[in-house]
Amino acid sequence: MLLHLFALLTAASTAVLIFAGGLVTSTGSGLSVPDWPNSYGWFMFTFPLENWVGGIFYEHSHRLIASTVGFLILVLAFWLWRAEPRRWVRRLGFIALGAVITQGVLGGITVLWYLPDPISIAHASLAEIVFCLTTTIALVTSPGWKARYAARGPAPDDRRLQRVALATLAMVYVQIVVGATMRHTDAGLAIPDFPWMFGHLVPDHWDPKIAIHFAHRVGALCVTTMLLVTTGQVFARHRNRPELLRPSILLLVLVTLQITLGALTVLSHKEYIINSLHVVTGASVLVTTLVLTLRAHRARFGDVLGSTSRVAGSPLTAGPDHAGAAAGARA
Amino acid sequence: MRIGSSILALFVASVALAAAACGGGSDKSATSAPAAPVTNPVDPATAGSVAGKVTFMGTPPPPQPIKMSSDPRCNNPEAKTEAVMVAGDGSLQNVFVYVKDGLGNLKFPVPTTALVLDQKGCQYRPHVFGVQAGQPIEILNSDMTLHNIHAWPQTNQEFNMGQSLQGMKDTHVFTTPEIMVPFRCDVHKWMNSFVGVVAHPFFAVTGADGAFELKGLPPGTYTIEAWHEKFGTKTASVTIGAKESKDVPFTFSG
Repeated sequence: MLLHLFALLTAASTAVLIFAGGLVTSTGSGLSVPDWPNSYGWFMFTFPLENWVGGIFYEHSHRLIASTVGFLILVLAFWLWRAEPRRWVRRLGFIALGAVITQGVLGGITVLWYLPDPISIAHASLAEIVFCLTTTIALVTSPGWKARYAARGPAPDDRRLQRVALATLAMVYVQIVVGATMRHTDAGLAIPDFPWMFGHLVPDHWDPKIAIHFAHRVGALCVTTMLLVTTGQVFARHRNRPELLRPSILLLVLVTLQITLGALTVLSHKEYIINSLHVVTGASVLVTTLVLTLRAHRARFGDVLGSTSRVAGSPLTAGPDHAGAAAGARA
Repeated sequence: MRIGSSILALFVASVALAAAACGGGSDKSATSAPAAPVTNPVDPATAGSVAGKVTFMGTPPPPQPIKMSSDPRCNNPEAKTEAVMVAGDGSLQNVFVYVKDGLGNLKFPVPTTALVLDQKGCQYRPHVFGVQAGQPIEILNSDMTLHNIHAWPQTNQEFNMGQSLQGMKDTHVFTTPEIMVPFRCDVHKWMNSFVGVVAHPFFAVTGADGAFELKGLPPGTYTIEAWHEKFGTKTASVTIGAKESKDVPFTFSG
């Protein structure tokens, strides 16, 4: 349980890190600390507080939060290695560690190379992967997951829900990558009005930035549609499954908030708090979709040795995790 | 036999000469002797000048106070934006005026004296300036706070450096002509500056009176360009004879 709480803390810290990263971009502070890994020649952790001024406040805070998250993921990976019986979960910990290290290096490179778009976009996109990894770890170490959500009977194995949820997850991620591209190519206000586009339903003129911005708006419509289909499936067929119903309701709330924030980002000419909230809400839509998708697939995962699922009275079948579990127990 | 010996001697001599020539070239590149100083090709006896005034027609946006609360050490309550500075008579300040075309292949000596770009009161001083390609720019931090100096040219090498202490200096050289190279401080968003990098000494920046003068021009026909960070560019063609001075006014409108 303690491991799960720690994984939750790590996942929540990743969300904070993404918000801080959003603030760096939204305030144009990415190059306010020109060196890396040092800060103006100081060792990062000894950079004087009185120098946290202007853009440095955002950039340096982002670096320190990133270091903290990196440390938390390091601890999490080793904790999983020591205590987690499932091999794939232990591996997930080290994948998350590798991802966050890569993420840190990308962050450093993008500063040293003056924010080249491909690196910055990769940095933004990998951040979402790190968030997904920490969220997945938090989910699969939770008591509910271990118990196969069996309080209300066996976990459903709804192929249609699994397919549509997976497609929605992919769509949300693509939409976030398009958003990151829009953000880092400075196309956020390429279409300056909302809901119209230059006063029309479709832009009456085009350039690459307008095309990227347009793609993000079309992507928002596609994501919303897919989410409605996915959550509709839950509402129609799995209303009695709280593990599916709760993330579905949350998704509807989040996507409504996200569209509102997207509109306000344009209408406020990219006010930096609104803009950054749009980034972190997008990430929240992604991981909530991920949670729903994983839970929809729960029946396809194996059992966890020593879990409380046995008291739920569900018919448990031995899953592929047992080999890993045995190895973990030996460790 | 004698002819054969002569041909052999000639061949050996040729090879030796070629080797010497190649070797000489290698030595030259190895020592990389500096190019001979280029003498100013302008004859002072015939040099003329182009002068003028840059004005703004219309109602200019007034300079806005700069909010510097994000860094208490900036302490410059009087600071105002410098992008559009128009005097009561319409004189437009901070316009970079230079000879864009007409100098042909003339080359001019590059000043070795550094031009100082100061960061003072969390503003760049000067806001607009010019240098010759190859002329050093000394970047100085006169403030009690730290700055990063981020130049983002299109042709020259981009750089971003930090100056964390008051009195710090760094020198940078732009090697290629470029109109204009922007500087900005990412710590203090309001700080920006522009440098015009040209291949010759015929440039000026208008002061509060909007006036400029390009002195020492050889007789010829020139394209003169005036650049302003908000209003874009204006060009004019002018022909000057020996010892002649021509007036070339520019007018921008908002």
